Amino acid sequence: MSEIRQTPLHDWHVRHDGRMVDFAGWRMPVQYSGLMDEHVAVRECAGLFDVSHMGEIRLSGSDALATVQRLTVNDASAIEDGQAQYTAMVNDAGGIIDDLLVYRVNADEYLLVVNAGTTEKDHAWITSHAQGDVTVVNESSDWAQVALQGPVAERVLGRLVKEDLSAIGYYRFVISEYGGLPAIISRTGYTGEDGFEVYLAPAHAADLAEAILKAGETDGVVPAGLGCRDTLRLEAGMMLYGNDMDESRSPIEAKLGWIVKPDKGDFIGRDALVRQKADGTDEKIVAFKAVGRGIPRHGYPLLDGAGNRVGEVASGTFAPTLKEGIGVGYVTSALATPDNEIFIEMRGRSIEARTVKLPFYRRQR
Amino acid sequence: MADYPDSYQYTAEHEWVSVDGDIGTIGITHHAQDELGDVVFVELPEVGASFEQNAAFGTIESVKAVSDLYAPVSGEVVEINEELVDRPEAINEDPHSSAWIVKVKFSDPGQVDALMTASDYQALIQE
Repeated sequence: MSEIRQTPLHDWHVRHDGRMVDFAGWRMPVQYSGLMDEHVAVRECAGLFDVSHMGEIRLSGSDALATVQRLTVNDASAIEDGQAQYTAMVNDAGGIIDDLLVYRVNADEYLLVVNAGTTEKDHAWITSHAQGDVTVVNESSDWAQVALQGPVAERVLGRLVKEDLSAIGYYRFVISEYGGLPAIISRTGYTGEDGFEVYLAPAHAADLAEAILKAGETDGVVPAGLGCRDTLRLEAGMMLYGNDMDESRSPIEAKLGWIVKPDKGDFIGRDALVRQKADGTDEKIVAFKAVGRGIPRHGYPLLDGAGNRVGEVASGTFAPTLKEGIGVGYVTSALATPDNEIFIEMRGRSIEARTVKLPFYRRQR
Repeated sequence: MADYPDSYQYTAEHEWVSVDGDIGTIGITHHAQDELGDVVFVELPEVGASFEQNAAFGTIESVKAVSDLYAPVSGEVVEINEELVDRPEAINEDPHSSAWIVKVKFSDPGQVDALMTASDYQALIQE
């Protein structure tokens, strides 16, 4: 096992009373004032997250697009300069290697933002499949990433950067600068709220984080940890790699069929995914709410009405906004539709649950 | 710094017992609620239930974790704190007093004397 790494904001977290835990090989704050308070702050005001542990891999050259197209399931030719796309890399069997964002910098330059725990694996996979005029560089240690998420994000961040943030659309980004060094300001996130992710030089990360907190003090901006990041993303119906998907699951099983674009041409895993789209899969992910009192948790068995085991909870939590137990898990495809009665086995008791459509929570626009 | 009353006895499972004759009031410690985070669900035993020392007699759940409640002593439940069913967050707010969990009638009063003192317990959590 490799050493636990610290982000450029480590000392800043400690200074702000962050409770530090090990996550995906990184020392990260799980909470500051408290998970529930931070969750509510993001939904109502804004929360400041350190997401510097995420990986950044740059592909450049005249074959960069062709490489991205071969390696990912979505159609990267459909995005313009300054646009980002949610996608996945899969293996030949269609199993998900990672889910990621592809940023198109220009026709010959793409930045792939990948999960922390899979960065090395992804880099090796991309490098081994890169062909022609393309250079693959793992820039992960060159970038810190700070996310400001919540309804006041635009107003608060707008006080600190010279860009007109209102001109940046959803899943769009601009290349800017902060402290004299390149920065990327992206209207993306993992909370179900409006907000921005700012990629910048590690040396300036603490400076920006502190400036955001100060600028947002009267707007209710608080530092927010991984704990509420998880409850926020699950309420918003976003999948977590390693929990809700891995190499044994395909985007079709994960109900991410909308990102799979077989018409774009050949790509790794295309045949398997086309077959799964046509024939269906034995299992699919489904979302559910606990009807009885109880909180679904990772690994709890899921049962049908007759008590047969039909799957298990992949992610589960108490949902702070909805005030009830929610979760997702893979079950027999016949049950993976909304409004079925299932049961969650919680420590020897069977708690009724009802399958629902994702997301659990959708913000008012 | 949290106040750990000297008149209470404590366990390594982060519970406290306050003794009044042959009745003990049981709760979880400030340290325990702090480690758990926001408590959202408490499952209590029924009045009249009996359990042996160290047996699981209930559960307490925060957003992120689930934790068993272990009986610090053997006994019979004579009262449960009904308020916790509707306001589980009281455990975060006032763990050493109003957010007590159950009251039990001791079946072996001698067990209490073997529990930890406030200073022993504070030494334990500072390790």
